[in-house]
Amino acid sequence: MIERTPLLNLATHLILGFGLIVILAPIWLAFVAATLTLQEVNAAPVELWPGTHLWANLKEAWVLSDFGPKFVNSLIVAVGVVVGKITLACITAFSLVFFAYRGRALIFWMIFITLMLPLEVRIVPTYAVAANALSPFQALLDVTGMGWLINAVSGVQVSLQWNLLNSYTGLILPLVATATGTFLYRQFFLTIPDELVEAARMDGAGPLRFLWDVLIPLSKTNIAALATIMFVYAWNQYLWPLLVITDRATYGMVVVQLSDLVPDQMTTGGGTPTWHLAMAATLMVMVPPIAIVILMQRWFVRGLINTDK
Amino acid sequence: MRRACFKFSWVAAALLVPQLLIIFVFFYWPSAQALYWAFTLEQPWGGGNTWVGLDNFRAILTDPYYWGSVRVSVIYALATTALAMGMALTLAVFVDRQLAGYRTWRVAIIWPYAVAAPAVGLAFQFVFNPGAGIFSFINAVAPGWWDLSRNAWQAVVAIIVAGAWKQVAYSFVFFLAALQSIPRSLIEAAAMDGARPLRRMFDLQMPLLTPTVFFLLVINITDSFTDSFGIVDTLTGGGPYRATDLMVYRIYSEGFKGMNYSGAAAQSVILMLLVMALTFVQFRYVERRVHYT
Repeated sequence: MIERTPLLNLATHLILGFGLIVILAPIWLAFVAATLTLQEVNAAPVELWPGTHLWANLKEAWVLSDFGPKFVNSLIVAVGVVVGKITLACITAFSLVFFAYRGRALIFWMIFITLMLPLEVRIVPTYAVAANALSPFQALLDVTGMGWLINAVSGVQVSLQWNLLNSYTGLILPLVATATGTFLYRQFFLTIPDELVEAARMDGAGPLRFLWDVLIPLSKTNIAALATIMFVYAWNQYLWPLLVITDRATYGMVVVQLSDLVPDQMTTGGGTPTWHLAMAATLMVMVPPIAIVILMQRWFVRGLINTDK
Repeated sequence: MRRACFKFSWVAAALLVPQLLIIFVFFYWPSAQALYWAFTLEQPWGGGNTWVGLDNFRAILTDPYYWGSVRVSVIYALATTALAMGMALTLAVFVDRQLAGYRTWRVAIIWPYAVAAPAVGLAFQFVFNPGAGIFSFINAVAPGWWDLSRNAWQAVVAIIVAGAWKQVAYSFVFFLAALQSIPRSLIEAAAMDGARPLRRMFDLQMPLLTPTVFFLLVINITDSFTDSFGIVDTLTGGGPYRATDLMVYRIYSEGFKGMNYSGAAAQSVILMLLVMALTFVQFRYVERRVHYT
């Protein structure tokens, strides 16, 4: 800054260097483990320098975990969540900000409250809903007597059934059901000057045209920020896919596959733990979100700070 | 609220419907369902739920294992938060000096945010494994001294270290943003008055970070209650002897392995109340005076 502080500068670099070592150490050790053979990786003092078997281990782990279709699935789910979330957030916030009607505040709060309880906390009943996504409506019909009424009038027994287990919809929809992006979009829309709206109306643009031709181009940075955060969030989901997907061969996601690689009695049958394969798989699973965060760094920081996750 | 608006029409309603439907089905209904299950007991052979009042809660609150789980959750929450925030603050303050390589330092500290919790758990399981991990050299001399699957305290230390490692990046981003939003004129004024960099750090920058500290405190504690599942599942599996049976992990194992929906729901309700209380504290008392740009 203003003064010369050679000693403090040195200390700064030392402290940061130490911090970096602490942060890198576990991943470095995992990386080194992924480059060794079974015998080397299980030798007593931990190896600190990479060996030569990285490529072979990556290939073996890839085949062992059947990563091909799983990477595709993870990508589908992550992109689905990103697109779904951005679309929903954008149109909901648009409706809440640019239209005048009563109950806006109430609806906003109803959506906002969903930020409070993460999926993990209400996992058991959410799973029950995923088994039949229409069960809430069925229950409402039953409780209000509508079901009986319809049955009496038309002779049709109403039984709504929509099973989301083992499907992309089941993976994506519950992850979209929070207010994260809506809040971000609302804040952004509130900064749009009134003159812009008036000008658009004067030129004869309806609300949808205004949204499409004016707001969406203006919110490109918002979209980038939200997309980065949501991609990482969706890719790293673990508990939800673990429950919803029992057909791992078809719908399994890569992160969930890690649970099968924990080298314990179950996977090795008491044999030598295959750390080199487990670590190779871990590395492959980590790469896409890390790449996104590093490449989209600016948007990522922005998104993280503005969304409260 | 803005002055210039479009008139309410079917468009406004149509744009709202998808979001409202989704949060009704996947948020409000399950939350209400959890409440309902918490106060009822499912009949073993079908035939609906019977109302049992507070019995489920009584069963949980008299269960010593549950209190063990609460205890370790609180320890985990406080320890990971303190470790992660302490480290993040130190790093942020020094990165903020913007010496050479500033951008590189920043990326190097941010990327762990992108690592999935189970991947963190698995990596740390290797790092801490008794046969080939970092403590294996001690085990070579004193066999069995370090073994996560036998020694409870070591398992707790392991999940705390892994959890803290994962949280550092998040706090770091916020600390750095807050530090950079401190007006430069303030710092220059202090420098003119003869305050050296360290003095400015302790007497100027850190006090100005107080709102951020409080905000991060709440967020980190909430996260450690809800986001710990992946780490525990791949690192310790709740063991040994339930020593790392954190609250979320317990809900999962009761609900999906023990098939005790009512018990799991009652635990969910308690955790919900806890998380809501924390969020309330955040909204009520944490004023975010820091402006991020």
